[in-house]
Amino acid sequence: MNAVMNLDAAFSALADPTRRAILARLAQGEATVMELAEPFEISQPAISQHLKVLEDASLVARRVDGTKRPRRLAKAGIEAMDQWLAMLRKALEKNYDRLDGVLAGMEQPKIEKKRGEKR
Amino acid sequence: MSKVTLKTEGDTHVVVTRRFAAPPEAVYRAHTDPKLIQKWLLGPEGWTMPVCINDARPGGRIRFEWTDGKGRGFHLTGEYLELEPYGRIVHVERMHLPEPTPDNRVETRFDADGTGTLLTMRMTLPDAQTRAAMLETGMESGMEASYLRLEAMV
Repeated sequence: MNAVMNLDAAFSALADPTRRAILARLAQGEATVMELAEPFEISQPAISQHLKVLEDASLVARRVDGTKRPRRLAKAGIEAMDQWLAMLRKALEKNYDRLDGVLAGMEQPKIEKKRGEKR
Repeated sequence: MSKVTLKTEGDTHVVVTRRFAAPPEAVYRAHTDPKLIQKWLLGPEGWTMPVCINDARPGGRIRFEWTDGKGRGFHLTGEYLELEPYGRIVHVERMHLPEPTPDNRVETRFDADGTGTLLTMRMTLPDAQTRAAMLETGMESGMEASYLRLEAMV
């Protein structure tokens, strides 16, 4: 149940371009709030707010390093998300490629059946 | 190889198109006959649809259950609203994860395109937020990736 609730939170968390950019940055390695705020034209408190959403969604974790609280990607949350996303990502194209095959197999028998019915 | 296109329309719609070599009647049947649906509507490699209830008539119910064979799975339920063989289907669907996602109203058109078919799926989500969540978390990135891959192959 928790995993599913986190997945919902994760989807909501990802529906924001700034938060996706933060995740992309963290994918390169740990970073402090200040470092994370640098590339964006928004304040540190705003970044902190985005980080809180990402932490609540189990996508980002923090550790204590003296006075710093560097953030990193939360592996388990990201992996759960990845599994789900990978499925969504591939689903459509794969399905339609498969449907091409199903259709190719359908046409011939169908014509024969119609001819059969006429006899 | 045909290309999937995806675009947003207004605040709540998503439109997907794909061309098929087969005529509309065949593509329509592949969307309504449960035995055919089970062959292609599967998602990634390794997933199967052991349960496929697809009562293709107005008011008829839809229930697709998928599994990866390793204990992971989910299901989708829905109802048919309108069917015009072999040109148009309207249905609503929701995923159960297991909490149900907001209803997605889907109009699927099967238009003759030369000797083939142009498939157009027009989805309507309840609000912009739901659509954004669906698009930005999964579909769009996936479709974009597929699209780019195909572009690279041309």
